[in-house]
Amino acid sequence: MKKDVYISGMNCITPLGFSVEENFDNLIGGISGIKRHENEMVPNAYFSAIVEDARLNAEFAKKSSSGSYTKLEKMMILALCPIVEKSKSDLGTRTAFLLSTTKGNITALESGNIQKAQLHDLAQTVADFFGFKSEPIVVSNACVSGILAISVAKRLIQSGLYDQAFVVAGDLVSEFVLSGFNSFQAMSDAPCKPYSKNRTGVTLGEAAAAVLVTSDASHANARILGDGSMNDANHISGPSRTGEGLVLSVESALKEANLPANKIDYISAHGTATPFNDEMEAIAFNRLGLQDKPLHSLKGFYGHTLGASGLLETVIGIEALKQNKLIASAGFDEIGVSQNVNVIRENEDRFLRYFLKTASGFGGCNTAVVFEKEGSFGE
Amino acid sequence: MEDTLYIKSYASIENGKISVDGKTVFESSVANVSDFLKESVRHFGIQYPKFFKMDNLSKLAFLGSELVLKDNPNPETALLFANSSSSLDTDVTYQESIADKGNYFPSPAVFVYTLPNICLGEISIRHQLKTENSFFIFGAFNPDFFIGYAENLIETGKAANVLCGWTELFKDDYKAFVYLVSSEGKKAHTKQNIESLYTN
Repeated sequence: MKKDVYISGMNCITPLGFSVEENFDNLIGGISGIKRHENEMVPNAYFSAIVEDARLNAEFAKKSSSGSYTKLEKMMILALCPIVEKSKSDLGTRTAFLLSTTKGNITALESGNIQKAQLHDLAQTVADFFGFKSEPIVVSNACVSGILAISVAKRLIQSGLYDQAFVVAGDLVSEFVLSGFNSFQAMSDAPCKPYSKNRTGVTLGEAAAAVLVTSDASHANARILGDGSMNDANHISGPSRTGEGLVLSVESALKEANLPANKIDYISAHGTATPFNDEMEAIAFNRLGLQDKPLHSLKGFYGHTLGASGLLETVIGIEALKQNKLIASAGFDEIGVSQNVNVIRENEDRFLRYFLKTASGFGGCNTAVVFEKEGSFGE
Repeated sequence: MEDTLYIKSYASIENGKISVDGKTVFESSVANVSDFLKESVRHFGIQYPKFFKMDNLSKLAFLGSELVLKDNPNPETALLFANSSSSLDTDVTYQESIADKGNYFPSPAVFVYTLPNICLGEISIRHQLKTENSFFIFGAFNPDFFIGYAENLIETGKAANVLCGWTELFKDDYKAFVYLVSSEGKKAHTKQNIESLYTN
């Protein structure tokens, strides 16, 4: 019998707030962090969800007077701070530190600073702020990184290597990623509209999120029931037409959770609002018999925050379980995928117990994790 | 642990030398990493046109996997890879393509390789592995992590075998060490054995 693993502390730093509470209130209020920007980073105007420097610097100044941290490092440190402080636990070698990102401090390359652009340098900088003793573990698996990091933390705790893991995820909107998504012609010319008929692509965003993953049930918000991360083995820059890897990932997670698909109360899907991604997800959820389950993408609020997205959306998903609230999928109007999915149109109060988080990304990767709200349900 | 695990096969690519299961199978004096990897693939008679479109990190990981998986095919093989420099080699190339606004040529074919896990997609496609795959970054090779994670994948039934790979590449510095963890084999899956194979 494998030991149970839980999510206890949670936090996030986003354009919609610097705490879970502030973020959740804004989501329930239907407020989006996406704005129009026009600057030298790309030739045309674009939409994205940006963390405001002034507020970030003011909040960070309360924690450190050092001016040597990058924007991403400040966001990651602020995301972790309340969780580390609250846990009051030993940060020795039985405590893992996981960092999830796709591009980290990639803007350091603009000034030719290769060392600063190294992901392990970023992880060590954040680890040293708190004094983590174990070797930092960086998860860099494209757009599934954030949710995969939870799965990795759970597996490492089950393997006996660690008792707990602090997990942080973050990515920024940079000239590097903006120009790249532009070159793919994957950028939306309006705030993104996941699953909608008139969706035209991705809106990029920036965020950091953090959780504590632990075998200690005493302060748990949710239990991690099962997970899977299966490759499509189909294409490196486009999703499988059949949703194969996503189907296999969800099946693997449900099997480990020992939970039939119909018990899932709600799905926080990937929903990047590219034509191919959303179509692939709709096909996969229909193959899994999950097409009637309430589903949303949070990309309409936050944009696609790359390596942060899976963890950020998990934090919000677990808060939704706690508050028994379904959040409307921002940007959705008319269904625009060939097989129907039950996109949440309006906020709703409803008892929620089981939640499925999914993500898919370049390289054909997919991750699914099933969570159960912590508590007693009369069984 | 229920079953004893073994290192069924392993390969190293370093300093112009390629070895499989401890035996040198190819040596070259070509210093340029891209040329060396192309020369190696031709030497082994690997017919795979997609190889020539890959970035150097994917070429290195692909070749290492090829050498281990060709005699050990199993559709339930998970991929567990890591390195130190992520995709920085291609990141630098891509950054150069956008640095000068007067000579601005961001290419989607280059951008897609600015993620280190793309090499896992390439290997998965080649061997049709619809399996667990994940890419990690460490300052240096981390055998404890590889052992714990690989054992967990097999013990929880998420994979039958795990192909582990340390595939480090930046400019002309590279090292690949790829090994297959399986319930079959002769060499025990221990830290001591992994460290000794990595260093040799």
